[in-house]
Amino acid sequence: MRDLALPAGHFEDLAQQRHAAKLGIGVFLASEALLFAGLFALFAAYQTEYPDAFHEGVLHNTKVLGSVNTGILLLSSTLVALSVHAARLARRRNAAVLLALTIALGLTFLTIKLVEYGTHFREGIFPGGAGSFFTDHADAGLPLFWTLYYVVTGLHAVHVTVGLTVLGFMLAGVLRGSIAPPVTYKLEIGALYWHLVDVIWIFVWPLFYLA
Amino acid sequence: MTTAPIAMEPSFVRSERTVASWLLTTDHKRIAVLYFVSVTFFLFLGGLFAMLIRIEHFAPGPTIVDAMTYNRLFTMHGVTMVWLFMIPSIPAVFGNFLLPIMLGAKDVAFPRLNLLSFYIYLLGAIVVMAALFMGSADTGWTFYQPYSAHSPSAVLPTVLGIFILGWSTILTGINFIVTMHTMRAAGLGWMRVPLFAWTMYGVSIIQVLATPVLGLSLSVVFLDRAFDWGLFDPSRGGDPVLYQHLFWFYSHPAVYIMILPAMGVISEVIPTFSRKNPASYKAIVYSTIGIAFVGFLTWGHHMFVSGMSIFDAGAFGILSMMVAIFSAIKTYTWVGTLYRGAILVSTPLVYAFEFLFLFVFGGMTGVAVATMSLDVHWTDTYFVVAHFHFIMVGGTLTAFLAALHYWFPKVTGRMYSEKWGLPAATLVFLGFFGTFFPQFLLGNAGMPRRYYQYPAQYQVLNVVSTVGAFALALGMIITFIYLTEALVRGPRAGNNPWGSRGFEWRTTSPPPTHNFTAEPDFKIGAYDYTVALPGELEEHREAGHA
Repeated sequence: MRDLALPAGHFEDLAQQRHAAKLGIGVFLASEALLFAGLFALFAAYQTEYPDAFHEGVLHNTKVLGSVNTGILLLSSTLVALSVHAARLARRRNAAVLLALTIALGLTFLTIKLVEYGTHFREGIFPGGAGSFFTDHADAGLPLFWTLYYVVTGLHAVHVTVGLTVLGFMLAGVLRGSIAPPVTYKLEIGALYWHLVDVIWIFVWPLFYLA
Repeated sequence: MTTAPIAMEPSFVRSERTVASWLLTTDHKRIAVLYFVSVTFFLFLGGLFAMLIRIEHFAPGPTIVDAMTYNRLFTMHGVTMVWLFMIPSIPAVFGNFLLPIMLGAKDVAFPRLNLLSFYIYLLGAIVVMAALFMGSADTGWTFYQPYSAHSPSAVLPTVLGIFILGWSTILTGINFIVTMHTMRAAGLGWMRVPLFAWTMYGVSIIQVLATPVLGLSLSVVFLDRAFDWGLFDPSRGGDPVLYQHLFWFYSHPAVYIMILPAMGVISEVIPTFSRKNPASYKAIVYSTIGIAFVGFLTWGHHMFVSGMSIFDAGAFGILSMMVAIFSAIKTYTWVGTLYRGAILVSTPLVYAFEFLFLFVFGGMTGVAVATMSLDVHWTDTYFVVAHFHFIMVGGTLTAFLAALHYWFPKVTGRMYSEKWGLPAATLVFLGFFGTFFPQFLLGNAGMPRRYYQYPAQYQVLNVVSTVGAFALALGMIITFIYLTEALVRGPRAGNNPWGSRGFEWRTTSPPPTHNFTAEPDFKIGAYDYTVALPGELEEHREAGHA
């Protein structure tokens, strides 16, 4: 097997490679933050324009499920951080178990999210103001609230899915032994992406679930 | 030339010869060449669309195309020139080629990601071209809502293509930022980095932070159109002006994605051909970062007539003028560098002069259109078209051509012919000025942009503009021909034909795959003309200049 301490050819040493990788993911996360910032700006503008409809929308949303999901993501973020810690100490089994638990929590999050979507669909709430719900609730801002809800949580769910895929590869790497000291920074990069998914949800949660 | 002191390492061009070694390369220099071929193709394609527009306007009434085709032409002209040529032009071609060399690195930080950026660019370009064959969009390159959600043209594939191109831009930006931070050679501190590399850093920040917002705005256009979600549909409570805010939050900084790299080129060319240190290295660095920052706070000046409070308009106007202050700092520094320099007149420097003229002229009209009271008169007229073509297109195109001639001997190892270069540069300038100066007058006289026909009183100036466009096209074609000829048959250029102190001139031409055969020695600064480079005097004497 390849010596893990050997850097890629264009780097001087592993420290340089590690620095580059960590900075790279940091800059990428900044880019992601701007993507969601645009959506939050849209939300803020429409909330200012239609405060009552947005309040009504939040009240109608499934506060319990949204809050449980917040807890799940926070816990998963903690576990992935512990996994990085375990990997640094070369405790491969612990790192793998913690990573597997993180992935399981992420899947639980997505499942709950799908249950929520199912509930909304049954109530006749679809994006673009389609569905029976909007014939009974004719308030002008409501379709915008629910469309934004689907766009924001949908985009977030896409990020959760990407994050889970990345973590899946990380888990394989930990099990194979290709992610171990001194290259545990690779796991850190996956973990940082997962934290971003969590941080964005911390903003989504109060906007759409707490009134 | 002296005999080579070290065993010759093959240049990046000759290291491997298979087609696959080019298409699957992770060498930043080969990727730069791949980009160059692509953006040059799109420059000529975008130019072709422009020529068709200009021919259409030769007479007031319908001439060669119908109204709908005309709308599609100006849309495709904008889309092609903005996203397929100008945004990737200098960063992806010259930035890719030079940034690692200027930092003394073997490659960018993420070479495979760099290749991926290229293929994402190619995929985006193919989708945009497919959109062209599916009938193309007719909305203008701005895709304003709500029309873009209901236009009968091929808006969906066009915005999808641009969305894909955005990924390429972001990945290149990340790569350059990380390269600048982590790949500098030992002893190369931040304030010794060549100015072109600094502008690559500034432009990368904009690419990374602004492009996701474009991706978001175009995604919403996509959803509104494909699934009728109506997020910006006024008939359902949506606000189309919000779309404009999001779009210009990207698209104004995008102007600096185009002009900052141009400023970087000029900052390299002027010291070399005046054989002088830049009048102030720090002034150029700080004003580069200043433009990258303030550029994010000016987008509202595109929307003075979209419904904006007087206070906001004033704030956006003043913030926009801040850009002019930073630009003026740069311009004075360049002119100050030329002052009492040992000027060597050559094609790159002539293009730099053209840049200065177009940039200052376009910049002054920019301050004018940033003033709300004046802008209300000029909005959506040819005045604005002329303004942004002067500063954005004139700036990028002249700098692109300056860069192409300046680094031609470095990239190819051969020299182009000044006998052709100087007249072609003159023709390009006269053509450009002839095309767009009349448009200032047309706009001020009230001719609106994007209109298929115009009243007869505007014809004279339109004809002048069309003739100018033909001169510009001729200049570009001549340039293409003599550079191609030089590529095959040009005389060997030597490693440093300009006698520049720039770091990229201290390796062979073309450079070897890992850029330097020995550890690069950057003890002498990139603009220090007070001392000779090692071996330079001997080389000079043998060439018979002593």
